[in-house]
Amino acid sequence: MATKRFSCSLKNLEEICDYVTHCAKEAGLNESEVYAVQLAVDEATTNIVEHGYGEECPERIDITCDVLKDGLKVVIYDDAAPFTPETVPEPDTKISLDEMKPRGLGLYLIHKMMDEVHYESTPNKGNTLTMIKHHAK
Amino acid sequence: MEIQTTEYKRCTVVRTSGRIDGSNAHELSQALKNITSKGIMNIVFDMSEVNFMASAGWWALIDTQKTCKPTGELVLSGIDKGIKESLNLVGMGTYFNVFDDLTGAVANF
Repeated sequence: MATKRFSCSLKNLEEICDYVTHCAKEAGLNESEVYAVQLAVDEATTNIVEHGYGEECPERIDITCDVLKDGLKVVIYDDAAPFTPETVPEPDTKISLDEMKPRGLGLYLIHKMMDEVHYESTPNKGNTLTMIKHHAK
Repeated sequence: MEIQTTEYKRCTVVRTSGRIDGSNAHELSQALKNITSKGIMNIVFDMSEVNFMASAGWWALIDTQKTCKPTGELVLSGIDKGIKESLNLVGMGTYFNVFDDLTGAVANF
């Protein structure tokens, strides 16, 4: 298990991506699976900065990678306002181009890219987003 | 983010490289707006050097496609395998014509 701390800034997205890429490769994920982890973590951290903290700030985003027997577990911790995933509508991707609205796509991508996604928020631990990607079977 | 644009007779080609994410997607968005504001609605986005595209980047492209259609069209060329898979997985691939290479994309117009 390795945890790395980042400040809350979109400027850190590339460094965060490099970190989880290293972990995903160490876990033996294939090229498509590595990209899926990169995208899910990028969307999650973007949401924390833009919607959670609502601004760039010195607050923490801690990311822990755990190599599992059958894949990779990534856990993201932050202290932003609690988030209620149920309130974000799932985007309708079968609608016409004109009706497409930029809302909820990040969360939708996270669920599509990862095999397991759990979110919890507690007063003493802050927000915890746990995501697991398994090896291709 | 370095963005190059090349105007051809029938279309304009936009090219960038590396990552497109929440930190720089607005730059791509602005570059595309600069083109459509001149009345150019046939655009090729050459993605052969782009290796990562988050949803913020897709929104820049969707916004541009909304502006271009129905007069013209934004088409994509040389998309990385992972980017294409993620685009298709969320059903957004249907909004764009995709070409394997730049020559085919430019010839489309």
